[in-house]
Amino acid sequence: MVFVMLTLVFVVLRVMPGDPVSAMLGGHAPEKVIQQKKADLGLNKPIGMQYLDYMGKLAHLDLGESMIFKQKVSQPILEKLPATLELTFFGLLLSLGIGIPLGVFAARRRRSGRDYGARLYANVVYCIPVFWMGLLLQLVFGIFLGWFPIAGRTSPRVEVSAFSKTGFYIVDTLRIGNFAAFGDVMWHLVLPSVTLGIVLSGIFVRLTRANMLDVLKSDYILAARARGVPERRVVYNHGLRNALIPIVTMLGLQFALLLAGAILTESTFSWPGMGRLLLERIYLRDYPVIQGVIVVYTLFVSVISLVVDLLYAAIDPRVKY
Amino acid sequence: MVAARFSPAGWIAALFRWTSSARRKYGGEWWLMVAGVVVIAFILTMTVFPHLFTRFDPNDQNAGSQMTAPSSSHIMGTDNLSRDVWARIVYGAQTILGVAIAAALLSAIIGIPLGLLSGFAGGVFDRILSLIMDSVYSFPGLILAIAFAAMLGPGVINITLAVAVVYIPTYFRLVRGQTLSIKEEVYVEAARAIGARRGTILGRYIFPNVIATVVVVLSLNIADAIMTEAALSYIGLGLPAGIPDWGMDLSMGKKFLPSGIWWMITFPGLMIMLLALGFTMLGEGLAEILNPRLLEK
Repeated sequence: MVFVMLTLVFVVLRVMPGDPVSAMLGGHAPEKVIQQKKADLGLNKPIGMQYLDYMGKLAHLDLGESMIFKQKVSQPILEKLPATLELTFFGLLLSLGIGIPLGVFAARRRRSGRDYGARLYANVVYCIPVFWMGLLLQLVFGIFLGWFPIAGRTSPRVEVSAFSKTGFYIVDTLRIGNFAAFGDVMWHLVLPSVTLGIVLSGIFVRLTRANMLDVLKSDYILAARARGVPERRVVYNHGLRNALIPIVTMLGLQFALLLAGAILTESTFSWPGMGRLLLERIYLRDYPVIQGVIVVYTLFVSVISLVVDLLYAAIDPRVKY
Repeated sequence: MVAARFSPAGWIAALFRWTSSARRKYGGEWWLMVAGVVVIAFILTMTVFPHLFTRFDPNDQNAGSQMTAPSSSHIMGTDNLSRDVWARIVYGAQTILGVAIAAALLSAIIGIPLGLLSGFAGGVFDRILSLIMDSVYSFPGLILAIAFAAMLGPGVINITLAVAVVYIPTYFRLVRGQTLSIKEEVYVEAARAIGARRGTILGRYIFPNVIATVVVVLSLNIADAIMTEAALSYIGLGLPAGIPDWGMDLSMGKKFLPSGIWWMITFPGLMIMLLALGFTMLGEGLAEILNPRLLEK
């Protein structure tokens, strides 16, 4: 899958109009300079050769060098990736935290007021554009109430260089025990992750509800109730654990949505992550960095589907590896 | 009776009979669909007769004073260039609705035949096409759309293409899966036995059975396309200046958010949500009515 996506992006980038040299030098550079620069970057070779060169390097885990700046492609990616990971992690955690309980809540009484309420919530929330949600939260909690910051990962007064090592600010601040900075980082995370969490929770409400409805119809639920197991235990231990299996499968598939949402959230909250990197470099036609970002995103999706497979074993004891 | 059928009154009577029987049969889902249709119809009227809804021009920079809060003369206020926000919403409906519907149709037109062929033919062709489509499908669609939109440059046609690319695999996978199962049905075997040509089997026997599901997906897909279009224009890709667009207005409003100009972001976003919600409700209602088992997967 990584291979197919990469090939597709490689071809699309080179077939479409615009190239890094004209983006860098502007339209008025002399022809000779343009040709020289293209030769330096290897852009004058046939596409097939460029492709083989790139794939050869990639096989050695080398993403190449930026065509615009004097830096390795891996450098900006490693800088930005932790920001995106922190955001998506908390966003996902929140959407699961809202979505699964609400789904169970709805499924326990089908076609009741609370069922329709939860379904309405799920549909409405799914149709809210992520960036609009972000803007509204910024407006209410950032501007009108002034409770939370609306941009960036830290306040200007916090010295990032004092603790930054891995790029994961949460880990870094805790590692050196700087709790003031840790609080500041978490404080900045609130609005972006709530935005992402709320918008994605709709999907999990629907998923949980549908699967719980199926599971609650099964004979073992009836059997558990007949044995006089308390209703709470029936629903959560007998019901939810079984309903989780399809939910986890879908979690893998919804991951793409999470990443897309993260890009828009990053752009709304000036969050220095992968999404912003991608947008910046697309304008500059910096092919290697764009490809690098795509590789990372695709790897991300693939790793998640692997993790999902492994999670089966944890949830469903019938699955053994 | 036959004559009455062809009069407008007869049509209305027939429509009424049909709706009342359908309503009894489907209950909650019916109202869901009606709500969706009402929202879509309202916004559709807005695109066809914009001058009925507002007397201002969306690009008129002298519509009022700069950034005034909603009042009786400007029900949704004015923006930083003194343009009427409501007028921009009314005229912007054309852009977003046009792009979303065109993109969804375009990806259906490309995806459906490919899916039919791939599912019907099988073999290496099917394997390769499925591999490509599955890869694109599992990849975040928005990123793909961003890449296409950025490379193609601004323009209504270009943004439509960028959005359409994302959804081709949706139709491909759906139609291919259905074709695979319908191919094994007895009636297809019967058609083969009486010597029907492959084109006939595909067009007359398989395609009509796929189409009901496609209609549902098309509606849900337009809802998605609306959000993708809005997202693209929000991050500044896609549309040239001068075309009113909800996503673009939102990104404009974002700049003035720190000064508390709430009306510039509240209303365009609300419209995006309403429009997407309209198509989602229509799709879900249709799904329940056309094929009750579809949404339970």
